[in-house]
Amino acid sequence: MMDAYWLAIIFIGLMGLSVLVYAILDGYDLGVGILLPMGEADEAQRDTMIASIGPFWDANETWLVLAVGIMLIAFPAAHSVVLFHLYIPVAIMLIGLIMRGVAFDFRAKAAVDHKLAWDRTFKAGSLLTTLAQGYMLGLYVMGFEASLSAHLFALLSGLGVTLAYSYIGAAWLIMKTEGELQKRAVTWAKLSGRLCFIGVLAVCIVNPMVNPGVFDRWFDFPLVMFVLLIPALCFAAFLFNDLLLKRLPKVNDRHCWLPFLLVVAIFILCFSALAFSFFPDVVPGQMSIWQAASAPESLTVILIGALVVVPVILAYTAFSYWVFRGKASSLNYH
Amino acid sequence: MLDALILSRIQFAANISFHILFPTITIAMCWFLVFFKIRHDMTGNPIWMRAYRFWVKVFALSFALGVVSGITMSFQFGTNWPGFMETVGNIAGPLLGYEVLTAFFLEATFLGIMLFGIKRVPNKVHTFATILVAIGTSLSAFWILALDSWMQTPAGFEMRDGVAYPTDWFAIVFNPSFPYRLSHMLLASGLTASFFIAGISAYRILKGDTKKAPRLSLKVALIVAAILAPTQALVGDFHGLNTLEHQPAKIAAIEGIWHTERGAPLLLFALPDQQNKTNHYEIGIPNLASLILTHELDGELKGLNEFAGEHPPVAPVFWSFRVMVGLGLLMLGLSWFACYHFYRRKGLPAWLLKVLVATTFSGWLATLAGWYVTEIGRQPWLVTGILKTQDAVTSLPPSKVGFSLTLYLIVYAFLLYAYTRTVFLMARKAIKVEEFETLEPQADGNLSHVSNPQTTHEGSH
Repeated sequence: MMDAYWLAIIFIGLMGLSVLVYAILDGYDLGVGILLPMGEADEAQRDTMIASIGPFWDANETWLVLAVGIMLIAFPAAHSVVLFHLYIPVAIMLIGLIMRGVAFDFRAKAAVDHKLAWDRTFKAGSLLTTLAQGYMLGLYVMGFEASLSAHLFALLSGLGVTLAYSYIGAAWLIMKTEGELQKRAVTWAKLSGRLCFIGVLAVCIVNPMVNPGVFDRWFDFPLVMFVLLIPALCFAAFLFNDLLLKRLPKVNDRHCWLPFLLVVAIFILCFSALAFSFFPDVVPGQMSIWQAASAPESLTVILIGALVVVPVILAYTAFSYWVFRGKASSLNYH
Repeated sequence: MLDALILSRIQFAANISFHILFPTITIAMCWFLVFFKIRHDMTGNPIWMRAYRFWVKVFALSFALGVVSGITMSFQFGTNWPGFMETVGNIAGPLLGYEVLTAFFLEATFLGIMLFGIKRVPNKVHTFATILVAIGTSLSAFWILALDSWMQTPAGFEMRDGVAYPTDWFAIVFNPSFPYRLSHMLLASGLTASFFIAGISAYRILKGDTKKAPRLSLKVALIVAAILAPTQALVGDFHGLNTLEHQPAKIAAIEGIWHTERGAPLLLFALPDQQNKTNHYEIGIPNLASLILTHELDGELKGLNEFAGEHPPVAPVFWSFRVMVGLGLLMLGLSWFACYHFYRRKGLPAWLLKVLVATTFSGWLATLAGWYVTEIGRQPWLVTGILKTQDAVTSLPPSKVGFSLTLYLIVYAFLLYAYTRTVFLMARKAIKVEEFETLEPQADGNLSHVSNPQTTHEGSH
């Protein structure tokens, strides 16, 4: 059996990985939901947009279950604290996920005159989900402080996450669509990218200001020379993507996949920055991963399984993306 | 006054009741799809593919509802029952973790290929994807039933400072009631899916659908039901004996036995009165409960008096059990009678089709009733002998729980309505689809035989 010290580190790593994969994967499909245009004339574009995420959304969402599952399994004490404080936003997020998940299926099967209503449900559900997730992230970063300013920050964070998901969703659409819709997606990506950049900047300033520990960590010499690479790279990615988007779409659809890759890089960098700010706390300022970890005998049992199963999951996920490679076609069963 | 405990219990009951409806359909329905697809691949008969194409849509819708309500379920443990994971998390955690790792990802990923990939992958890969989804849904049931059974009959652990630690994982997974509970649940799923498929197919025929696919689906579903129903009765009996051995208080509540007695009657009707510890208006068959449970006419059955303060509420368990058994007998009789009609009369009369439409959701009701017997029957324990329900609940203010409960109830009621409406709408839409529309060519082009429609004996009646 491995010792408790390393098991806790491995599991926070696995949990972080699932959160990151979740944010990227469900991020783009939630983003597509948020961007759904609601005009009567946009129906064909809505069909294509939803078709582009059809084969993936369910597996994407499973990463959320895995992330919450790992917290539940590996850090039960933290799980209780976190969900106690986030009870209402969690309930709202779940309602959002329900609305979205079912609207996706109902829209294709309901009576024709109900399709627009289900599309609205899809969009509203996506928006509710991302706002709730961002709000939760904000409260988490603030260590569940009950003050007004903490809630304002959480609201801002809700907006920020929604923008980030729109950004990655638009980048996904640039990759998966063509023609008019692709042009629209480029516009969406430009706008949400710029707004998102402002949001990231705001968090960069507020976070060290409200958490003295975070400030010390970031500006600890000589590490500072190294860690400042993260915001520098992030800034470069935002800038480069903005310049690139001005030139899209290119002849023969060259580089249509590049914005998505850049946004993924931005997600990874922002996530690393957050992780660097708080590790080894699992509840910022309150509880470390070692205080919250469950019994080593249970963690070992899961770890053995995870080491076998996770590569298999990654392999068939890759297979699925390969099967549905290329531009999204109209979505129908067979 | 409604406190967080009662509100959380209502919320959990509402969530699990809503959630269980959809896995109950999809677990077995996916094996029906596997059967349709394999029959199609073997015989080349397009009717099997048409049956597949209709039912895969219903499957996808049911699956989506199962997924979203399942995610809600997975949050419930943390939001409303923190004491559960704090006390038995070392055991429940890995079981839930293995469900996500081995089942969720498998079914969710290959569902995409199963639903949208038929033109993009070779036919064999598509069939294989269908099989993997079916395995995934069944594996899900395996892990969840392992956890639920462990909560009923815990084994393979030791308590240290009020926290359960695993000592023997084999004993934890294969705890005493697990084999019975798992087979009982899988059979329940089989019966639910069978009656669901039979009901909707009968509806299509009644509405004037003259195609062969609904007739074929109807026949397959009824044959499966006719085989599963008596099997379920047998497994249910073994399950009952197992419960008597490990959870006698539950059996006493099921049978409505207030005082330990020999030669206990099987009560067909009674109004249990918890206040006065007795039943009113009893109608029973003398000695039969003793005979069934102890295989002796005057065998002794322990009464609720032996478990003072530690037995479940009697009336809901007593009545849920009778609803479950009653529906089980109804499904048994109906499926046999319909099969008899198929073979002797070569078809079903309209009135029987109407009865089948009326019993479309009989499996749902029986499954819910069965879950109430087993889950309410475990009370006041959350984990038998280790953790009481009231000790696991959150310390949240009731207003917050009331808020989430209200949201869920509204959404669930609406979704249930939308779901049933849409399923029948899909059935009506399917009537208008042409019988011999040709299948689109496959990526590997090996379905050329399909363009020549032929009927085999399975399709002709």
